[in-house]
Amino acid sequence: MFRWLVVAIGFCIAATPVLAADPIEIGIGYLGRAGVKAKLSLVELPAENDGLAGARLAIEDNNTTGKFLNQHFTLEEVRLKDNEDVAKAAAALAARTGFIIADLPADDLLKAADTLRERGTLLLNAGAIDDRLREQDCRANVIHVAPTRSMLADALAQYLVWKQWKRWLFVVGSHQQDKLYADALRRAATRFGAKIVQERIFEDTGGARRTDSGVTLIQRQMPVFTQQAPAYDVLVAADESEVFASYLPYRTWDPRPVAGSAGLVPTSWHAAQDQWGAIQIQNRFAKLNLRHMTALDMQAWTAARMIGEATSRTKSGDPKPVSEFLKGPDFSIAAFKGRRLTLRDWNLQLRQPILLVDGRMVVSVSPQEGFLHQVSELDTLGADRPETKCKLQ
Amino acid sequence: MREDGLRMYRHCLLSGMAFLLATAGPASAFIAYVSNEKSNTVSVIDTNSWTVTKTIKVGQRPRGIEFTRDGKFVFVAVGDDDSIQVIDVAKQEVVDTLPSGPDPELFALDSEGKLLYVANENDNTVTIIDVEKRARLGEIQVGVEPEGMAISPDGKILINTSETTNMAHFIDTATRQIVANVLVDARPRFAEFKRDNSEVWVSSEIGGTISVIDPVKREVTKKITFEIPGLRSEAIQPVGIGMTKDGKTAFVALGPANRVAVVDAASHKVTKYLLVGQRVWHMAFTPDEKYLMVTNGVSNDVSIIDVAAQKVIKTIQVGELPWGITIAEP
Repeated sequence: MFRWLVVAIGFCIAATPVLAADPIEIGIGYLGRAGVKAKLSLVELPAENDGLAGARLAIEDNNTTGKFLNQHFTLEEVRLKDNEDVAKAAAALAARTGFIIADLPADDLLKAADTLRERGTLLLNAGAIDDRLREQDCRANVIHVAPTRSMLADALAQYLVWKQWKRWLFVVGSHQQDKLYADALRRAATRFGAKIVQERIFEDTGGARRTDSGVTLIQRQMPVFTQQAPAYDVLVAADESEVFASYLPYRTWDPRPVAGSAGLVPTSWHAAQDQWGAIQIQNRFAKLNLRHMTALDMQAWTAARMIGEATSRTKSGDPKPVSEFLKGPDFSIAAFKGRRLTLRDWNLQLRQPILLVDGRMVVSVSPQEGFLHQVSELDTLGADRPETKCKLQ
Repeated sequence: MREDGLRMYRHCLLSGMAFLLATAGPASAFIAYVSNEKSNTVSVIDTNSWTVTKTIKVGQRPRGIEFTRDGKFVFVAVGDDDSIQVIDVAKQEVVDTLPSGPDPELFALDSEGKLLYVANENDNTVTIIDVEKRARLGEIQVGVEPEGMAISPDGKILINTSETTNMAHFIDTATRQIVANVLVDARPRFAEFKRDNSEVWVSSEIGGTISVIDPVKREVTKKITFEIPGLRSEAIQPVGIGMTKDGKTAFVALGPANRVAVVDAASHKVTKYLLVGQRVWHMAFTPDEKYLMVTNGVSNDVSIIDVAAQKVIKTIQVGELPWGITIAEP
C-alpha cells in the first residue's frame, strides 16, 4: 500500500510541467535623449514616452510568448540630459542589459557603439535615419531598425513618378538635416526619373513656431514665396527642422499638391495604418498607452520584437547567439507591413515597406508596383549593395 | 436521303452533347456561404448553377464562417461587432448572436457540434462557447494574436496558432490546458489535421512555409516551401489549407502570389500551381470532394477548382474582400 503511494507520488511529480525552473531573464535597455522634438503642428507633438511606449508593448508581447518558453523580458529606460556623456551612460546600462534600443542622434549613437564594442552588447538603432550610419560610419554591433533618409525619399519619389508628378518645385530648409534630406530627395529624383524644375531655400530667420495671429501672416507669406515658379506638378519640401513645410499645403501660389516634409509624407508607421492585421497592434498599443502609435513607437516595438524573435528561435538570452541569429540568413520578422522584413547583410539595415501618409490616412505603400529588383523589391528603397560604402567591423 | 442522314447525325451529336453536359455537371447541388470582409455581407452560392443566389447582410467585418453539424445554421465571426452571428439556412438571414471575446476571427466546432472554440485576436485568448446554452464556458490564455483553430480527428486536441508569438499551441480539450507549444515560422494563420491524425499542417503567412507537425511528438518534422518562377519569395504567403479525406492531396492558398499550390500530402512535394484570383485566402471542398472553392480577396471573386483535373474551371463574383467559405448540403 505504502509502496503504491510512493509510486503514485513519484508519477505525479514526473508529470508536472517542466516549466518549474527559473525563467531566463532577458534585459533590454532603452537609451534616448530627454526632451521633445519641436513640431509646427500641435497635433504632431510627440508624447514624452514616444518610442519607449512601443518598446513597452513589445516587452508585453515578448513576455506572452516567453511564458511558453520560460523566458522573461524586462525594459530599462535611460534618458540622457543635455550635457550627459552618452558613452558613460551606455556603458552603465550595458552592465545590466545585453541589448540596447537606441534613440540617439548619429554622433551619440557612434560613441555608444564604439564604447560597447568589446563588451558584445547589441545596439538596435530605432531613431536615427542618417544614411552615413549605414554607409561610411557603419558598425558591426549596430542593427538599424529605423529607415534611412534615402529609403524615405525613394519611397516618396517612386509614388510621385508612378503618379506622373515628375516635375518638382523643390524647397529646402536652411538647417543641416534639411540639407541631408534634400540630398536624399535629389538622389531619388535622378534615380526614378523625376525632374527638379527649380530649387528654393527657405531661410530660417528664427522666430516662434506659435503666435496668436500666425495664420494671417502665413497666408500672405507662403503664396508669395511660391510664386513665379516654372511649370511644376508637385512641390517637394525638405524641412526636417519643422520650420515651414507644414505651412505650404493649400497656400502655394499655383494650386499644386505638397509632399516631403508636409502633405504626402513618407514614414515607417502611422496611426491610420490598418492593413495586414495592423489593426491588432494599433488596438493593443492604444489599450496599453492611451494614445496613437507613432513611427518611433513602431521602430522601437520592432527592435524589441526582433530581440524576442531571436531569443525564441535560439532559446537563449545571450547577446552573442542572438546577434548571430539576427545577422544570419534565417532571420525575418513580421511587423504588419504585409511581408517579412529581413536585414541587409552588408550594412545591417532592416528592409521595410514605407507608408505614404497625408496625416489622416495611408495613401499608398512603397515600393510601388513596377519598380523591380533582382533580390528584393524592398531594395529599390535606399542604398543598395553595389553602391554601399559600408565595411562592417 | 443524304440530307436526312446528316440531320440525324447532327441530332445524334446534339443529344449526345446534351447528355455529356448533363453528366458533367455536379451530381448533387450544394450550397456555399462566403464571408465578404469589407461588404459586411455573406454571399450564398448554388454549386449546381455556380451563381450567387442570395446576399445576406451581417455584422461588421465578417471573416471565419462555418456550417453547424446539422447543416441548419451557419456561424459567422463578425470581428468588429465582437460577436458570432448565427444565420438560419432556411430563412437565409441572421437569427441569433453568440457571445464571444473581443474581435473573433476564426473558430472551430467540436465533433458533436456542441462547443465552439473561438480565437479572439485582441486579448490573446481562446474562448469556449456552449452553442446550445449560448454561454461562455471559459477562456484559455494563448500567445499574441490567436488565429488558426483546428480540432484533432479524435477530438482530444485543439490547435490554436498565434500570429505574433509564432506558435501552434496544443490544448487538451478535456482539461482546457495547453500541453505543448510548437514554434513555427512567422505569422501562423491556419491549421489542418490529416484525417488519420498522423500530421497537422500549419501555414505561416509571412514565413512563407507550411510546418508539418507530428501530433504525437509535437514537433515540426518537415517544412514545405514554395517557389514560383518570376515571383519574389516574400510575395508567397500561405494561408488556407484544404486536404482531401484520403489524406493524399493538399491544396494551399498562397495569398498575394495569386496561386493555389497542389501538394502531394505523402511526399510533401508541390506538384502544381493553379492560377486563381488576387490574394487567395481560404477554401472549402464540396462534400463530394469534386470541387474546391477558394476566396480571392482583392479580385472580389471565388475560383472553382475541379479537384480531380486540378484545374480552375470557373470564377464567380461575390462581395468585397471575400475571406472565408463553408459548404454543405442544401
